[in-house]
Amino acid sequence: MFRFSKTILVLALFSASTATVAVDNYKGIGRQATPAEVKAWDIDVRPDFKGLPKGSGSVDRGQELFEEKCASCHGTFGESNEVFTPLVGGTTKDDMKTGRVKGLSSGELPQRTTFTKVATISTVFDYIQRAMPWTAPKSLKPDEVYAILAYMLNLSEMVPADFVLSDKNIADVQKMLPNRLGMTTDHGMWPGASAAKGGIGNGGKPDTSNKACMKNCKSEVQIGSTLPDYARTAHGELYDQNRSFGPVRGTRTLGAAAAAPAAAAVSPAMELATKNGCMACHGVNNKIVGPGYNEVQARYKDQPDAEVRLVAKVKAGGQGVWGSVPMPPNAHLKDEDIKTLVQWIMSGAK
Amino acid sequence: MVDSVKQPGRLRPAPENFLSEEQIKAVGAGRRDFLRKSFLAAGAALAAPLAARASEGDPNILQNPEWTTTLGNPVAMRPYGSPSKFESQLIRRESPGLARVGGASVSFAPLQGMFGIITPSGLHFERHHQGWHDIDPSRHRLMVNGSDDSLLKKPKVYTMDELMRLPPVSRIHFIECGANTGLEWGNVAVPTVQYTHGMLSCSEFTGVPLKTLLEDCGVDYKKARYVLAEGADGSSMTRTIPMEMVESGEVMVAYGQNGEMLRPENGYPLRLVVPGVQGVSWVKWLRRIEVGDKPYATKDEAVHYIDLLPNGLHRQYSSIQEAKSVITTPSGGQTLLDKGFYNVSGLAWSGRGRIKQVDVSFDGGINWQSARIEGPVQNKALTRFNINWVWDGKPAILQSRAIDETGFVQPTYGQLRKVRGTKSIYHNNAIQSWKVIESGEVSNVQVL
Repeated sequence: MFRFSKTILVLALFSASTATVAVDNYKGIGRQATPAEVKAWDIDVRPDFKGLPKGSGSVDRGQELFEEKCASCHGTFGESNEVFTPLVGGTTKDDMKTGRVKGLSSGELPQRTTFTKVATISTVFDYIQRAMPWTAPKSLKPDEVYAILAYMLNLSEMVPADFVLSDKNIADVQKMLPNRLGMTTDHGMWPGASAAKGGIGNGGKPDTSNKACMKNCKSEVQIGSTLPDYARTAHGELYDQNRSFGPVRGTRTLGAAAAAPAAAAVSPAMELATKNGCMACHGVNNKIVGPGYNEVQARYKDQPDAEVRLVAKVKAGGQGVWGSVPMPPNAHLKDEDIKTLVQWIMSGAK
Repeated sequence: MVDSVKQPGRLRPAPENFLSEEQIKAVGAGRRDFLRKSFLAAGAALAAPLAARASEGDPNILQNPEWTTTLGNPVAMRPYGSPSKFESQLIRRESPGLARVGGASVSFAPLQGMFGIITPSGLHFERHHQGWHDIDPSRHRLMVNGSDDSLLKKPKVYTMDELMRLPPVSRIHFIECGANTGLEWGNVAVPTVQYTHGMLSCSEFTGVPLKTLLEDCGVDYKKARYVLAEGADGSSMTRTIPMEMVESGEVMVAYGQNGEMLRPENGYPLRLVVPGVQGVSWVKWLRRIEVGDKPYATKDEAVHYIDLLPNGLHRQYSSIQEAKSVITTPSGGQTLLDKGFYNVSGLAWSGRGRIKQVDVSFDGGINWQSARIEGPVQNKALTRFNINWVWDGKPAILQSRAIDETGFVQPTYGQLRKVRGTKSIYHNNAIQSWKVIESGEVSNVQVL
């Protein structure tokens, strides 16, 4: 016992006399990250701009890049609601002065856009840099990220058309963000220390306070909402989404006529189109962002070189044939896969 | 009502294979009397000699079925087993119109047909921000570094080989998307519990407490009060986690799920587990942990996963999933086959700890009774509750109300909307109501 205590004492003295924390607690586990490795992965940018790379980009350059790499999903003016929620719109000059987007409380805003919500410009820079464009994340150089962000700021009427955004002036842009004062952390849903203790929020105090009443808790049951008819059938045949035995059955929502047709086998080409994101913009029988496959087939069916031309278009991207929304290049697709897809489209996309 | 079950219920032979389409419609229309005859009718439908004997009993007993009279399949015919072919209806499903791109969408778990508290890994809900990959574990790395050198002595890189040599823990926790039930903030919008509550799953996770790794890198807890977690997918999704949760030992770098490795859709080979906190913080395909002295305001905590209030402000860094519950059987889009005895079953959970009590109402919240809790109750895990019910064939409104160990009582829609309005999208933990009508059809309603 005596010896044991003495050991503890020695250990305590040892740790007190050296630095604060031990490292490498498990022999042979893990190794030091090299500076190049940390640099390669540590790309995050914080609200205080820690981590922001040096660089700059103009609105003009941003417009070119945006039309080439972003517009197919977000629309030429960042306004599109076709694939993702809109980036731009819903903010006013007055919001820029107050730092609060008025439309958020007045109910006048039909839909929230990125710039009606975001309170930190670093967030937008960080996200474009780490995740955009959708099919080729992390392919943009810092100057390109600055340029694209500059164009978005111009679309939001925050900066003039000759503006050049850079690491030097991004803090000034932060001071103009229309919803920069639009966040609150005064709530009980942060699981760490409270603001009073240097953290975030009120320390976990809930904002509702129901009581566990057991008998005669109210005099009447007030129904606020019931399932609309269209919603009853919008999710397909509910009978087929439940077990065919047990205490209950799924309710027949589409009627017996629609009862379980044998699942059609999905063609390999359809799988290819789904896997590579083609179906996000093209329907088999309908336009989404780009033309439906039926429309493509109809337009090209009498052209002898249709296959060659379409393969080239899928690979390089294109614009103009079906309207102003460009199709992004698909250089990552294998040639034989593109050929399979084109042949499938031209044979009716079944 | 629990005590009123003096009789064991009038159990009838399962009528599923006896029912024609017309008969099922008749059930829907409230006519159930023919069910009493369906037993005999079914017998009559079989081979003539048996038909003659139908009155003697169930043909499924009187004539041994083929599985009783023939040789079965060998072992390892399906080396990685799969569910029965009769279970094909209960699968993950998307909600039509919710997202335009499958790579940035959601699939919901079929809660309406699940038992107990563990989600089979193949039915675990999915939410991806830029599609999922099946990552080669031999090429996967976890980096731990600091936002500057003063916060962490030694930035380190770990391979899967190394992470799996460290002392692991295994714990059962729920994961719920912050937007679960988000479609229902303003009004009833979707028909079944799969779509109202199916961004919810619960698994046993195995992995290394994040604390172990941070201390192995020499973290300075005094300065580093926040952790940034980052994924290896295209979106390299990031979220801020409070260091207090890491220090408690709860936050885990997990590779195991329900006894096997994580599924690719759920982050294979490595994900963060942040018990009690919304799913978006459980970063999948985890590749990097950064310790910092400030929160990060990443896209998914500055543009999305922020809760809009009626005054136009958004709540930022709202992370905890407060106490919530839902009855899964019977639930919306299901039809009760007959009057009589039912076990009403559901799930309760709280991001603040253990579930203490679950109450159930059959009259829309006028009277309540406490349900049976199936134990042992785990910390920040799904908790199964059951309660007996004899349906008298009259309209009813079923509700459940969870109470957690902090004493917090799950709110009504009226109470929740009073403070948060209807446009929040996130963190809807209101009491769910299911209306039962005379035909036995159950549907989604909201009681204020």
